[in-house]
Amino acid sequence: MYKIVRKEVLNPTITLLEIEAPFVAKKAQPGQFIILRIDEKGERLPLTIGGFDREKGTVTIIFQLVGLTTKALAKMNEGDYLLDFVGPLGMPTEMEGVKSACVIGGGLGTAIAYPVAKGFHDAGVRTDVIVGFRNKDLVILEKDFEDACDNLYVMTDDGSYKEKGFTTTKLQQLLEAGEKYDVIIAIGPVPMMKFVVKTAEPFGVPCRVSLNPIMIDGTGMCGGCRVSVGGKMKFACVDGPEFDGYQVDFDDLMNRNATYRAQEAQMTKDHMCRFDKLGQDLIQ
Amino acid sequence: MPNMSPIKTPMPSQEPDVRNKNFLEVATGYTVEMAKGEAERCLNCKHRPCVSGCPVNVQIPDFIKKIVEGDFEAAYQVITSTNALPAISGRVCPQESQCESKCVRGIKTEPVGIGRLERFVADWHREHVEEKVEKPASNGHKVAVVGSGPSGLTCAADLAKLGYQVSIFEAFHTAGGVLVYGIPEFRLPKAIVGGEVDKLRALGVEVMTDMVMGKVLSIDELMDDMGYEAVFIGTGAGLPRFMNIPGEGLAGVCSANEYLTRINLMKGYLEEYDTPVLQSKAVAVVGGGNVAMDACRCAKRMGAEKVYIVYRRGEAEMPARNEEIEHAKEEGIEFKNLCNPVEIIGGVGEDGKPTGRVAAIKCIRMELGEPDASGRRRPIEVPGSEFILEVDTVIMALGTSPNPLIRSTTPGLETNRRGCLIVGEDGVSTTREGVFAGGDAVTGAATVILAMGAGKKAAAAIDKYIQNK
Repeated sequence: MYKIVRKEVLNPTITLLEIEAPFVAKKAQPGQFIILRIDEKGERLPLTIGGFDREKGTVTIIFQLVGLTTKALAKMNEGDYLLDFVGPLGMPTEMEGVKSACVIGGGLGTAIAYPVAKGFHDAGVRTDVIVGFRNKDLVILEKDFEDACDNLYVMTDDGSYKEKGFTTTKLQQLLEAGEKYDVIIAIGPVPMMKFVVKTAEPFGVPCRVSLNPIMIDGTGMCGGCRVSVGGKMKFACVDGPEFDGYQVDFDDLMNRNATYRAQEAQMTKDHMCRFDKLGQDLIQ
Repeated sequence: MPNMSPIKTPMPSQEPDVRNKNFLEVATGYTVEMAKGEAERCLNCKHRPCVSGCPVNVQIPDFIKKIVEGDFEAAYQVITSTNALPAISGRVCPQESQCESKCVRGIKTEPVGIGRLERFVADWHREHVEEKVEKPASNGHKVAVVGSGPSGLTCAADLAKLGYQVSIFEAFHTAGGVLVYGIPEFRLPKAIVGGEVDKLRALGVEVMTDMVMGKVLSIDELMDDMGYEAVFIGTGAGLPRFMNIPGEGLAGVCSANEYLTRINLMKGYLEEYDTPVLQSKAVAVVGGGNVAMDACRCAKRMGAEKVYIVYRRGEAEMPARNEEIEHAKEEGIEFKNLCNPVEIIGGVGEDGKPTGRVAAIKCIRMELGEPDASGRRRPIEVPGSEFILEVDTVIMALGTSPNPLIRSTTPGLETNRRGCLIVGEDGVSTTREGVFAGGDAVTGAATVILAMGAGKKAAAAIDKYIQNK
């Protein structure tokens, strides 16, 4: 059992939990992920690590309320326990030889970009960060990023906070202005990562993306997380989750990620019905 | 006077049309009378050919004799003196190619139903004897077992009985390995596996789940920092193979490992679990092994109307147990043997756009040529014989290649070109001192009983290694 020691609601759709998991905390590296299960009947949910504290023995996860499991997770509180918390899984972000990096986070991806930016920054790498959100109310982790990079650019789609535009708008400006990066790391919705790659391509900057495909075991057994990289089949859980953005078949990934969508929507609905019925039973 | 019936006493089973809609065990087991009757078919041969066919050396004529005498507990003791998990092997062993293939009765008629009798004895013991497992006195030595499948469980049990302090490290949330994620409930009830794991705990074995070795801890840390004097690696099969044909990226294509794990380990067949499973009307399972049979029979039980096995060789070449093939046929699975997929075709929606989901599988007919390296006749495509099967799900059951996590994080641990751990002449010592291995991690995909045999052998080798240190 893994205790929740801190809970923070970052915005209406994104929640942070700090989990006591000393074995995982001891080994975690930026870019890796964990798999958790709330209870016996729950799904195995893969989440990229949002931070870790080796001394306290804790790992932070930050997640968006999108499905059954994440919604249930957001209802849990400090002092509650998760049944399973497995990790660290996948390969860490490659940092060797990097002297300057641009880390890009979109929406929830921002949370995952944070430990990567911090990792680079702590290692003395010149680090620029571009984060993008739909609007002002959804901005998260701004203060944390300020201490984890050299230049922080916050973008909102509607211009309700800081600069108006997408993360790619800013990336384009920086590259055109002559900024040189050894690597760009993009973490966020698949379409955003796809467009970051397109933006970076004319400038010839290496570009890595962090993928979050369907997954069960996270150890290379189920093959659910297979992605097409450079025309070869790769498994995100053991070969990734970060890959060369120029080689990833994003359309294939988006398509496969939709495999269980209808079913998950139905399950969420059924659960709600069950909850509603429970509520009615209690009233009667 | 032995029972000279030419056929095995039939195994009572659920009716095919009933069982293909539920996940309860297919074969319900012999009664006492059936077991005694079947046991009386044994000739108690002096030269005991059956024993030579058993990877764990069960003294078969001895335990069968005890059944004839009605002393089922004595029969259990005979079996468990060499086989720690008879309720499991009695259900999943390919007896027809092992013990039963050597049975003298089998020369002219059907062999003695050794597997069925083994299962009877194990079940009788579980139902009638309250086992008092006592934790043996500790010998002060610590051993780590990585993986809790058949090889790991067997190795841990044998070492614990010798007084070793054993810790099992399992990556999944439940111990049992392929016995819980792969083999379905209707073939091996999970309560049986759980019972065996509980017995290990009673023997003092520490079972740690959620531990992905090579990631959370390395083999070096186990040995250098945590005081384990030896490590057994039984991490099993790994990455599933795909065919590398067009359309494998479509939604609705998955590996048998994924499909079975969702259903078995994560109980996708029970409504109260949150696990999504592909909801299929028509399914093609590609492959001819036990895993393919498990996958197709699960698909039928999950409500698919049409389920096909697509296998590139003929039925005689299928690696699956005969019983599984028979059961699958009875349950309404259609066999497309001598057929091989060449493309998976995506659907087109009402708006004329691709749906991104499987709509059909294009296969080509095959014929058998000369034997290949495996000794089986090589399948060759028949030109121009392509045909289309309309399916919404394709499950690949083509085998696996070993998991890379341990070998890539353990310096000095060598593997062959297929990624299997290299072992010495004893079959279980790896290229690293104090590190032993067995099961699919060494052999590539094989059987539960061979893994159990390797676990047993490794326990003896580990004991010898530590005692001589």
